[in-house]
Parts: sequence; C-alpha cells; structure tokens
Amino acid sequence: MAADPTHRAIEAVFRIERARLIAGLARMTRDVGRAEELAQEALLAALTDWPKSGVPDRPGAWLMAAGKRRAIDGLRRAAMQERKHAEIARERDDERCMSIEMIEAEIDDDLGDELLGLIFAACHPVITPEARAALTLRLVGGLSVEEIARAFLSNEAAIAARITRAKKAIAKAGVAFEVPRGQALAPRLASVLEVIYLIFNEGYAATSGPDLMRPPLCAEAQRLGRILAGLMPAEPEVLGLLALMEIQASRLPARVGPGGALVPLPKQDRSRWDQLLIRRGLTALARAEALGGGDGPYALQAALGACHARARRAEDTDWRRIAGLYDRLRAVMPSPVVELNRAVAHSMAFGPEAGLALVDAIADEAMLRSYAPLPAARGDFLLRAGRNAEAKAAFEAAAALAGNARERDFLLARAASCVGNRG
Amino acid sequence: MRVMVFVKATEDSEQGMTPSPELEQMFVDMGKFNEELVNAGILVAGDGLKPSSFGKRVAFDGPSRTVIDGPFAETRELVAGYWLWEVKDMDEAVEWVKRCPNPMLGPSEIEIRPLYEMEDFADLIPPEAAAIHDGVGEKLAKR
Repeated sequence: MAADPTHRAIEAVFRIERARLIAGLARMTRDVGRAEELAQEALLAALTDWPKSGVPDRPGAWLMAAGKRRAIDGLRRAAMQERKHAEIARERDDERCMSIEMIEAEIDDDLGDELLGLIFAACHPVITPEARAALTLRLVGGLSVEEIARAFLSNEAAIAARITRAKKAIAKAGVAFEVPRGQALAPRLASVLEVIYLIFNEGYAATSGPDLMRPPLCAEAQRLGRILAGLMPAEPEVLGLLALMEIQASRLPARVGPGGALVPLPKQDRSRWDQLLIRRGLTALARAEALGGGDGPYALQAALGACHARARRAEDTDWRRIAGLYDRLRAVMPSPVVELNRAVAHSMAFGPEAGLALVDAIADEAMLRSYAPLPAARGDFLLRAGRNAEAKAAFEAAAALAGNARERDFLLARAASCVGNRG
Repeated sequence: MRVMVFVKATEDSEQGMTPSPELEQMFVDMGKFNEELVNAGILVAGDGLKPSSFGKRVAFDGPSRTVIDGPFAETRELVAGYWLWEVKDMDEAVEWVKRCPNPMLGPSEIEIRPLYEMEDFADLIPPEAAAIHDGVGEKLAKR
C-alpha cells in the first residue's frame, strides 16, 4: 500500500491533519481513544474515496466531516439501543453541523484552539510526566508506539500500557479538551512546558543506552515548542522554552566527539554550532523579554544558553553576566543543582575563592551529599586556587561517588594530576 | 528532515512588483499560508528574493573569476523565494507545497530539495573537512 504514490500522498495528508482531527473529534466525543479510532476510520474512508474522486480541496475538512459523521452514527446506534429520545434529539442538533461548509467555516474560525486543547489534555497533571510525554508524542506528534518505545528505551507493550492508562485517567477525571482559562491557565501551561522540555531532554541527554543523544526527539520537542509559540504568541514562558530548546539544539552537531563521547561545552568546536537555530533562539528570547518574561525560569535558562552562544570562543564567555543570571534563576527555580552551577559561574567571573565560598555554603544539602559534581567542582576551585593537596582529596571524594566507570576514571586522573604541583 | 523549498521565478516576477489588487490578495493568501506553516511547527526560515537584475554572478574557471551582472536569461531556472522547512519526509513536504496559494500571478513552479543531513556526510568526508565546511557556512550566516 505504501508504495502506491496516491496512497502515500493520502497518508502524508493524514499525518499533517491527524492531530487536529483527533483534537476536534475528542472535543466532540470527550473520549480520546474513540477520537483516535474515528480518525483512523476517516483515513480508511479517504483511502477508498480519494483514489477515485481525487484529493478534495480541503482535505482536513473532508476528514473531519467523515470522522464526525461516524461519531454520530455511533451515538445514534447507542441511543437506538437504549431508546433514549433525548439523546436522539441532541444528535439532530449535532447533525446540522455536519455539512462540509459548516466544518470548513469552523476550521477557519478555529485559530488552533482545538489542537491546543488536545495538547493541554494530553499534558494534564492527573497523569505522570512520563505518561504525559508518551501520550503527547502519540496524539500530537503522531509517533507510533514503536517509535516512542525506541525513544524512551522501553518496550512497546510497556509504552502501549502507559498510553492506555493515561487515556483512561483523562477520561475518568473528565478532562475537557479545552485551553484552561483565567487562574487555571498558569499551572496547566507549566505542565505542558514541563512535558515538552522532558521530551527534549530525553533526546538531548539520554541517561542510558547506546547513543548519548536521540536527536529526533529533540526535533519533535522543538516542533511542539514552535506549534505552541505559534498558537500562544503572547505567553513569554512558551517563547522562553522555545528559545532554550533552539539554543541547546544548536550545539547538537558539536556535542558528540569521535567514538561517541560527549564533548563538554568549553571544548566544543563552535564552528559546528547551528547558527540558524541560535538566531531563532535569540529572537524567541528577545520576544519573551519584550513581553516582560525575562525572569521566567525557561527564559533565564535560555539567556544562559545565549551567553554561550554569543561567545565566539570559550574564553570570550561573559561569566559576570552568567553569574548574574544564576543569581536571578535561583530566586525563581531554587534547586541545589542551580546553586552548584551558580558557584561555578561565580568562580569563573570572580575567581576560585568566590566559587568555594558558595559551594561550601550548600555542601550540606541532603540532595547534594552524594552528588559527585559537587566535590568535583570543589576540586576544580581548589586546584585553580593552588591548594593542590585539598584539590586531590576533593577529586578522590568525587570519584568515590561517580555513577559510572568513565566518570570515575576521569576524576581519578584529575586527582592524580594534582600531585607534584604546589600545595 | 530539512527541505529547501524554492519558488521559481517567472517573467512577471523578474519585472519586480507592481502594486495591483491581485498582488495584494496574493500577499494576504501567502501570509495565511505562512501562518499555517508556523502553527504546524515546520517553518524554520524563508524570504523572497529581488529580481535577478539586482543580482550578480561570479563565473569560475581555474584561477579566473569573472563577475557577471544580472539580469540572467534563463528565467525558469531562477529562484524568486525560498523556505526552509523541517518535515517528516518528502511526501509531507509535497503535500504542504500543494497547499501553497499560487505563488505567482501566472503559471509557476515550486521545487523541493532535501538538505544533506549529518548522517549523509558521515562516510563521505572526514570530520576536519566537515568542520571547515560548517565554519564557512557559519561565517556566511553571521553576515
């Protein structure tokens, strides 16, 4: 089937329309599983009709009409069985909206609200962030269960079960397929942004598995971010997240060295950074800041990325600006990891003693007590301050906490390099 | 994958733009189409190009460099505008192009060309050469 050009064209049209189709059908049936089935039935109808009649002028409206007609047939059958007259009366009302012209008008009026509604439903806080990510990739991204399983290094059965559970939880909670209004919007939007960034990070910094990065997930997260920025152009944190992802993704070509090892930022070949993505990121960040969102957690993280992106060479990095951004970030996103990064930034801007003072202030945080990067950063500050013996001890302490052999070897090598110098 | 989408020039587009109700309508339609591309998350970049009478060519032959002023004769091979899209595959790119409103007042053509991706280069050129290549692209982008 896939080899036939007409069928391939129909399937490409379907892929383009699928998310909006499911969104419209889910809003009508209030059942995302049913909406997916109806969308699939609409595709089958197109595969039968279009090779004979040609692709219609408004394929999206055609598919939506086909799906909605089937939804009503289903409702009618259910109603006939139960002889619920009220239900039948309601269908007649629905039926009036079934002509293609009406649906076309509806689609022209719809400024993407239906798709947004689907995104907000799939990212609803009643389900876990991992399940939200899988459901969003399936419904909005159009990825197959197999593709999602591969991306999350899981098996198909587990992902399929996760998606099914998520759909049931959404149905049980009676989640509306709409964009929340007023005070409800902020926490729900935060949940959407969390999911998109989780998908991005899953692609950007894979925590396990043979390849360290899975760029297709990054591309999908960026696409979701661009969709959201297109549909919610006045939300600064949407633009902040988009800026953050575009700038981080600009480094993908420089991030893996020969043999597949990660290349740390200062050692990256900056000529390999994607300047188009950097420009897009800086533009989105400027828009977020112009909307008064410069102090949002995503916008601040994007601004940090922008400092690196602007530096032509690692030694040109504006560390004072970065230190200042971390001072602001810790106010809106307090976390021990932010504190540690802040200490590193201050050490680069104001000298190793400044870093040491900050890192010693957080060393007792429960979350950081077995966190290897903390003693590793301390070791680095001490070494730069010429206190080699203390630096050696710090690197050894870090090595003892290291999560994998490669990291441990690296830290032990740093410890060994401290001998024979001053201190 | 990324594709470059070229709007090919026509006799009319080579004359430059003269204000008319048709042209105005085309701008409105094209604006709507661009908005759709943005909302679908596929538009990465795009612009319209001035007629080739504003352009120049440099001809290469061994050590010689000859500058040729526009306009250029082979109108149908000239480019009047471009987009850079991020799409799943060529089929999807074709379907999006079909939705484009007529880009010119008369008959015209749009050409879709996939970009080389990192994977395509992996076996072709050594990393150092790829880095130099990227460096050149970056300097162009910086201008």
